[in-house]
Amino acid sequence: MKKKIVSALLCAAMTATMIAGCGNNAGASTNAGTGNAGTTDAGTADADTADAAGTETADAGSDTTAAAGDEGKVLNIYCWNEEFKSRITDHYPGYTKVDATSGTIGDVTVKWNITPNDDNAYQNNLDATLLKQADAAADDKIDLFLVEADYALKYVDTDYAMPVADLGITDADLANQYQYTKDIVTDSNGVLKGVSWQGCPGVLFYNREAAKEVLGSDDPATVQEAVKDWDTFNETAKTLKDAGYSIVSSVNDTYRVYSNNVTSKWVVDGKINIDENIMNWVNDSKELVDAGETGTHDLWSDDWSAGFYPEGKVFAYFGPAWLVNFSMAADTEGSIGNAGGWGATEGPQGFFWGGTWICAAAGTDNAGLVKDIMLQMTTNEDIMKEIVVKDDDFVNNKNVMETMAEDTKYSSKILGGQNPLAMYCAGVESLDLSNLSPYDQGCNEEFQKAMKNYFQGNATLDEALELFYTAVLEKYPELSR
Amino acid sequence: MENMNQETTKGLGIHARRTIAYVVLAIVTFFCLFWFYVLFINATRSNGELQAGFSALPSNNLIKNWTNLVNGTLPIWSGLLNSLIVATASAALCVYFSTMTAYAIHAYEFKAKRFIYPFILMIMMIPTQVTALGFVQLVSKMKLEDSFIPLIIPSIAAPVTFFYMKQYMESSLPLSLIEAARIDGSGEFRTFNTIVLPLMKPAIAVQAIFTFVSSWNNYFTPALILHDDKKKTLPILIAQLRSADWLKFDMGQVYVMIAFSIFPVIVVYLILSKHIVQGVALGSVKG
Amino acid sequence: MKGKAVRYNKWGYIFLMPFIIVYVVFQLIPMVTTIYNSFFENYMSGLNQIGPNFVGFDNYVSLFSSGDIWIYAKNTMILWIMCFIPQILLSLLLGAWFSDVRLKLKGARFFKTVIYLPNLIMASAFSMLFFTLFSDGGPINSILMQIGIIDTPYKFLSNVGSTRGLIAFMNCLMWFGNTTILLMAGMMGIDTSLFEAAEVDGATSTQVFFQITLPLLRPILVYVMITSLIGGLQLFDVPQILTNGTGDPMRSTMTLIMFLNKHLYSKNYGMAGALSVVLFIITGILSLVIFKVTGNDKRKG
Repeated sequence: MKKKIVSALLCAAMTATMIAGCGNNAGASTNAGTGNAGTTDAGTADADTADAAGTETADAGSDTTAAAGDEGKVLNIYCWNEEFKSRITDHYPGYTKVDATSGTIGDVTVKWNITPNDDNAYQNNLDATLLKQADAAADDKIDLFLVEADYALKYVDTDYAMPVADLGITDADLANQYQYTKDIVTDSNGVLKGVSWQGCPGVLFYNREAAKEVLGSDDPATVQEAVKDWDTFNETAKTLKDAGYSIVSSVNDTYRVYSNNVTSKWVVDGKINIDENIMNWVNDSKELVDAGETGTHDLWSDDWSAGFYPEGKVFAYFGPAWLVNFSMAADTEGSIGNAGGWGATEGPQGFFWGGTWICAAAGTDNAGLVKDIMLQMTTNEDIMKEIVVKDDDFVNNKNVMETMAEDTKYSSKILGGQNPLAMYCAGVESLDLSNLSPYDQGCNEEFQKAMKNYFQGNATLDEALELFYTAVLEKYPELSR
Repeated sequence: MENMNQETTKGLGIHARRTIAYVVLAIVTFFCLFWFYVLFINATRSNGELQAGFSALPSNNLIKNWTNLVNGTLPIWSGLLNSLIVATASAALCVYFSTMTAYAIHAYEFKAKRFIYPFILMIMMIPTQVTALGFVQLVSKMKLEDSFIPLIIPSIAAPVTFFYMKQYMESSLPLSLIEAARIDGSGEFRTFNTIVLPLMKPAIAVQAIFTFVSSWNNYFTPALILHDDKKKTLPILIAQLRSADWLKFDMGQVYVMIAFSIFPVIVVYLILSKHIVQGVALGSVKG
Repeated sequence: MKGKAVRYNKWGYIFLMPFIIVYVVFQLIPMVTTIYNSFFENYMSGLNQIGPNFVGFDNYVSLFSSGDIWIYAKNTMILWIMCFIPQILLSLLLGAWFSDVRLKLKGARFFKTVIYLPNLIMASAFSMLFFTLFSDGGPINSILMQIGIIDTPYKFLSNVGSTRGLIAFMNCLMWFGNTTILLMAGMMGIDTSLFEAAEVDGATSTQVFFQITLPLLRPILVYVMITSLIGGLQLFDVPQILTNGTGDPMRSTMTLIMFLNKHLYSKNYGMAGALSVVLFIITGILSLVIFKVTGNDKRKG
């Protein structure tokens, strides 16, 4: 009974939205505030099904089971923390929270399957469920899953992740997103298979006091001159060391900057390949460590974060907006951030850090809703602005971010009144992430771990490299050296 | 060293020996309790303060950390309840059936015993991590994901607990006692429940604590089996709190949650440890 | 008489049933698969299953050909010995004191309760605390620097000796209470009239300990030794968390199970299976040795 009424409504809504076209998305989000969003959203979602179904018929290879207008009643989302859930709860029009692990959108139940990352548990669980995807009942199939940059290709480069084009999302829809966020979820055939609402471009945050003391000025341009490339950077490290400062807290701070700017992949034709820029990191870092100009601490350890305070005597950290806004103790008295003592400058090379990508699982029975979530959460400029304002995220939308960057009223207290947005935007524009491989997570982790032994003097370079090869081959038996 | 210690104390008066004992015990006690103090201190500090490094003095963020945790999205109360259910049931099943198995080997003579006893000793040596992945595959085939059954039922077959019960029976459960019960006309099952179990009380208390604690602190298996937030046990929720996104990441909350999840085990431990101490009286009555 | 025994002895089987059934379902099946898998190439490459292809003893060959397994076996044994010897001595000492009727320790109940408490903290939480305390800028280093023992921070986790020492210390701390409780529970099972009689005969505490307590404690001691050995060979969580899974420096603290864990990352059932079988054989041999040395005679039971 109920089903019939629903499908009748669907038809009506479908025609309505087809005429309304693109304008509908914005309309839905405004309605969210007024309280009767439920029906409108169902309409939006179902209209999209029509689109999706259209593309699916064209793509005969796709094993999407959903028939037009007959979407599944359960939307299963796999993730490792609460971040996406709170974004959806706060910003997706028509999402109603039921309890900690479920909610509803229209008449669809949303089920959150959250497995923490520890011990690789998230990927283990996701792998196991994806492998059973074909045989699972429609309502048990994964519809959406989230991935991080380091292992995105592991999923993107398989048929388990659905091309976003198959959902009916066009390149034009995503035109305002940063190119690097697309590179990360583009498979080896050049097909885009995910989207992200975040951009995480990184810059160099420097200690203004230290800059004044050592470089004579805390002006971003002056500091940039002292860190403009790695040679200058390493020279500056010596000057800083004489004044009692470490240029960065740990060699692991600079790793990301080098590894985002490689010219070859970690794995070439099944063989492990160490890029030249990675070796530059090793050589530069060894010199820095031997000269006592930086440490070998793991990120997030107490020794690493000591430099968030003036007593830590650290000159700079490499990071994206979220690092300085939320992770560098800005809310604690006595910290550099609390006193507005950080400055931002581009640093030697552009890089990014962090970010979450949304992928649609092939076989989803909620293609329409999935498409709508992707579009609303990553392209709807109203929602994007809401996210910037409410969550302080750096969103993946050039228009929105550039408008904010030009806004003279916007300035960061932590950065001593500087408006860093333009700088963030500039850094990632030039970033080329076409050299990712599905093995990045393991290779990056094991490389840093192995080299730590070399930096600390517990091994020669060859021994450390040997250890790296051993560790990677344990993780990925299919590779060779 | 043990020997030397004994030799040197031999000549010493009882007072000197007592003093040495107290000094050693005081040091040991310090090392046992110090961690709880550090945990408590850390639970009172904010994330930013924790990043600044260690401090020996508490700060004033305990209430704030606790409110943040309780008002957060993690269902800590259902986590507590789940942990209690799983750990209590595992401990109860484990000690009851391990005692029963040990009793079977200890009190009866039957043909298969010659094979079964060494067999159990052999399987005791298999590292649990080895079979874990096979175990999870099996659980998913049996459609028991998000269920407590695969966390509770396997504790019935706990070779290590069985082995302890068997060893304990060797030193403390005379077969004559069972014979006497038989002569009194007691059924085998009744003898086990009413005579053997009470005699095994100290051993049962000991193993109940061990099983309870290891089940309470177990992360590996539950993380692979429980995915519904409402079914999750405390260690998984702690891991989830630690892998929070940068906006919510807060070590202060993590420490409060650790303190919160340790508290019930301490209570259970204190209750059960009473039984171990009472076991002394029991032993002397028996003698 | 014989007929009666048979009648009773069917209860042996009945009492064994729950164990056997649960064991077969939840452990034997996964274990048989483990052994079976050790003869196959069988792992995941991303989301693709490689194999299973029968490879005979290839997994065993590659396990031994690199020679690393012996290093990890050595590490494991070193860590176990470093942890077990102080632990068993301390436990015996405490056990002897607690059971010594003449010593009459005040607050014995408090001490007995306290010693097990470290075991209640999760290994991961415990490791987090150790990281904080022993970090380069942590309190231990600042204390050592203040009293002038060192002038630059000592990198505890970058030196083989101190890393192993910390792991052994943490493990010892977590498990000595466990061992002491086991021994105490065993000592409580000993007939107290034996102690009283010895006292009347004028035996010293040392004599009582070696002549009465230790021999009667033998079944429990054997248990403690064997389970500790098994636990030692399975040593995993503390070094895993403390060294972030690396077994640093240069894998000098990598234990056999940590090595096994490396293979579980790629769900390499073949290599993991082979390693498990090897581990199983090593444990079996060592346990047999302990049984022989301690002369645990099963007929006595």
